[in-house]
Amino acid sequence: MKLRANLVIGGALFATVVVAGALAPFLAHTDPVMDANLMNAEVAPGSEFWFGTDAQGRDIYSRVLYGARISLTVGIVSQLINTVIGVCLGLSAAYWGGWWDDFVNGLTNLMLAIPSLIFALAIMAILTPGLTSLLIALGLTNWSYTCRLSRASALSLKSQGYVQAAKVLGYGDIRIMLTQILPNILGPIIVIGTLGMGGAVLAEASLSFLGLGIRPPFPSWGSMLSDARDQITTAPWISIFPGLAIFMTVLGLNLLGDGLRDILDPQSRARTA
Amino acid sequence: MPETDQMILRVEDLAVHFPLGGGLLGGKRRTVHAVDGVDLHLRKGECLGLVGESGCGKSTLALSILGLQQPTRGRVLLDGVDIAAPGVDRKARARIVQMVFQDPYSSLNPRQTVRRTLEDPLRLHGITDKSEVDGRIEEMLRHVGLRPEQAARYPHEFSGGQRQRIGIARALILKPKIVVLDEPVSALDVSIRAQIINLLLELKETMELSYIMISHDLGVVEHMSDRVAVMYLGRIVETGDWHSIFTAPRHPYTRALIAAIPDPFGERPGVKISGELPNPLEPPSGCRFHPRCPEVRDICRKPPTPALGEIAPKHEVRCLRAAELV
Amino acid sequence: MSGEALLQVENLRLDLVVGSRRFGAVKDVSFSIGRGETFGLVGESGCGKSITALALIGLLRRPLAFGGGRILFKGREIQDLPGSEMRKLRGNAISMIFQEPMTALNPLSPVGRQIAEMFVLHKGATWHEAERKAVEALADVRVPAPDRRVKDYPHQLSGGMRQRVMIAIALACRPDLLLADEPTTALDVTVQAEILELIRDLSAAQGTAVLMISHDLGLIANMCARVGVMYAGRLVEERAAQEVFRAPSHPYTGGLVASLPLLGARASHGRSRLKEISGVVPAVTAFPEGCRFNPRCQARTDICIAEDPEETALPRGGRVRCHHHA
Repeated sequence: MKLRANLVIGGALFATVVVAGALAPFLAHTDPVMDANLMNAEVAPGSEFWFGTDAQGRDIYSRVLYGARISLTVGIVSQLINTVIGVCLGLSAAYWGGWWDDFVNGLTNLMLAIPSLIFALAIMAILTPGLTSLLIALGLTNWSYTCRLSRASALSLKSQGYVQAAKVLGYGDIRIMLTQILPNILGPIIVIGTLGMGGAVLAEASLSFLGLGIRPPFPSWGSMLSDARDQITTAPWISIFPGLAIFMTVLGLNLLGDGLRDILDPQSRARTA
Repeated sequence: MPETDQMILRVEDLAVHFPLGGGLLGGKRRTVHAVDGVDLHLRKGECLGLVGESGCGKSTLALSILGLQQPTRGRVLLDGVDIAAPGVDRKARARIVQMVFQDPYSSLNPRQTVRRTLEDPLRLHGITDKSEVDGRIEEMLRHVGLRPEQAARYPHEFSGGQRQRIGIARALILKPKIVVLDEPVSALDVSIRAQIINLLLELKETMELSYIMISHDLGVVEHMSDRVAVMYLGRIVETGDWHSIFTAPRHPYTRALIAAIPDPFGERPGVKISGELPNPLEPPSGCRFHPRCPEVRDICRKPPTPALGEIAPKHEVRCLRAAELV
Repeated sequence: MSGEALLQVENLRLDLVVGSRRFGAVKDVSFSIGRGETFGLVGESGCGKSITALALIGLLRRPLAFGGGRILFKGREIQDLPGSEMRKLRGNAISMIFQEPMTALNPLSPVGRQIAEMFVLHKGATWHEAERKAVEALADVRVPAPDRRVKDYPHQLSGGMRQRVMIAIALACRPDLLLADEPTTALDVTVQAEILELIRDLSAAQGTAVLMISHDLGLIANMCARVGVMYAGRLVEERAAQEVFRAPSHPYTGGLVASLPLLGARASHGRSRLKEISGVVPAVTAFPEGCRFNPRCQARTDICIAEDPEETALPRGGRVRCHHHA
């Protein structure tokens, strides 16, 4: 049995971020927002400030820890919204077909034609910046791949005997979709959901970097990077550590997604069987 | 004519047409007449064999009987109720007619245990009392030759023959009156088929079932059927009791089907037909079998299509020359 | 064994390799095919009949591996031939047709070109010459309007026509041996009858020997003079085809023949319960010790569990591998 390195490394990276976020109040040295002290501005990493301090003298180590909370919340919640939308649309389009399928297909193609980040930017420009708006903007703009995947997987299962049998047994359409089809297409959906979570973390960072996401002074990795722009040559640690956090999280989620694909994808499973 | 009270299923002038082409971008709109005016009846306790090659419409006909295919025309009366009519309850129909599928691998949900496969339909149909559910499941498993403790297992833990037994149990758990058997043994290993054939015949007696069996294996059809209907290009071309169909077939197509089965002793006289099924979009004029028929005459090519005519009691043939072809 | 056998298979062993373990998917299988002879291998899924054919043509792929024995083709050992030598033989002196022609044909190339390729590859013909020959080859397999059909792509043809194209490709270079693995299983019965007749006629006309592989005992008996019955990786009985039906010697063959609902049986003897073979077909990874049929055998005694039976010659010709053969 081959050790699934990507699953182990990805899982470990992601778990680190989750633990860091969850235990932030215990691990952090200072309050990430309140403890600004201009006396300590731009201190290089050392024994007192592990990751150094920023222009306002806030402890970057503490801010990165708290930033994990925001990144994970945005990543998980927005991807959950995307997945629910994508699965509902894709599954029902495949099952019912007809005009509903045409409509969903059209909508999916439309979504794919617009770069999702630009779309999210537009939504954020209308809404007031903040966590809720960010969740809405990212949760509504990234469901098209999940939708396509669910539709394609459901289409191939629709004609299977057990789906037919459920119809003959008098099951309603919704019940058939939820009990007969959904459990059998969940594997690839989880994979793409995990990969999408990495995308959402990046998107959050990008939006916050552009000032349309989480507003300062709340510590989001993207807004920290944004704040650090002016000091990138003089105090590089201000941007390096949040950047590293984003990199670790996204890499971890991508590796995890790949690893899950190896386990859950029926084709790779058939090869080992 | 059979007595009406014995009749459990009547199919009257059933037609299913599928439109092809003619989308938004235009193009000639054409129609496939998958089933084109079929009359059938099934009596209580009877097994009706439905025979014909791919594209003859037998599967579409079966789907209409199960309510999975909306007919273009005609009626399907199950126990006197027109189930093809819109608005007829799926659940009510489920308690009358059920189906056993060909492929025992794709017909069971891989993520449900046997128990769940049998329990969900019962609950859906209002049987929720735990002891009654357990009792029905246990009884059903015994009926199909499985042990009650096997209920906790998943489909992949069973062999093909056992899976087919689970599929049969699922079809019978609601105690239906009619079961559509779609090639019930053709996906099974040869040494397993006899087990399932015997089981199906036993269950027919003990559970007072009536069967509609689709099969291309004429040996199985002869063994199991009481009556046989032979279909060609959407229409019944010959129907009668099993004995007259297999010992005195009158339609040249029926004869060709029987002759096509390889005889291990090389003794069966061959009636050869050549060519393949015509394009169902452009069915031949007159008798639809005429381009392949070894007995064809000029009149066979001219419209109208010959009608199904009784040539002996309960033996009907759709052939102009049926009287000559003895 | 006669010295003029075209193909001689001696103690063939094929292994299924799972990790570091090797399972004998085919064990000690020996048979020979004379020039122009049609020999049948019959058995259920997993009995090893198809992989035996793949071994003959050098197409065994992981997880299957050659495990021992000899394959003599025209007196020359071919089991260890290097790939380049085997390729010269394959398609030229030994060729093969498969169950599903759609997967064996290249979907992106016109069928005429795929036939012509054989002449270019093996006979050194020019493309121009080869394409003319392709039309002839299509005419030989009785495809109507061959000069137009050569330009068709596989998806434009029906299943029967595709199988004809496969046969045309396989027979293009007039091979000495044709391996036919379930060539008609995917086809309708009337089309099957035509394809079988085609194989029979062409092999007779060209003097091609045929190894016919099928799960259908009736078909094999009808097509072949001699039959090898395989069960769980062993050749359990080898006889004249009709003898297998009339007086089967191995309990497995006997059980199989008795379990078949043969066409015409009910009309002549009435309906009796089919004889069942109990149990299931074992998986390659779980073949039983001793005689591989012993868990399902009604004639089983202690020796069957303890000892793997040797092959015994039968007084009236043929061989059987059973401690208690009839």
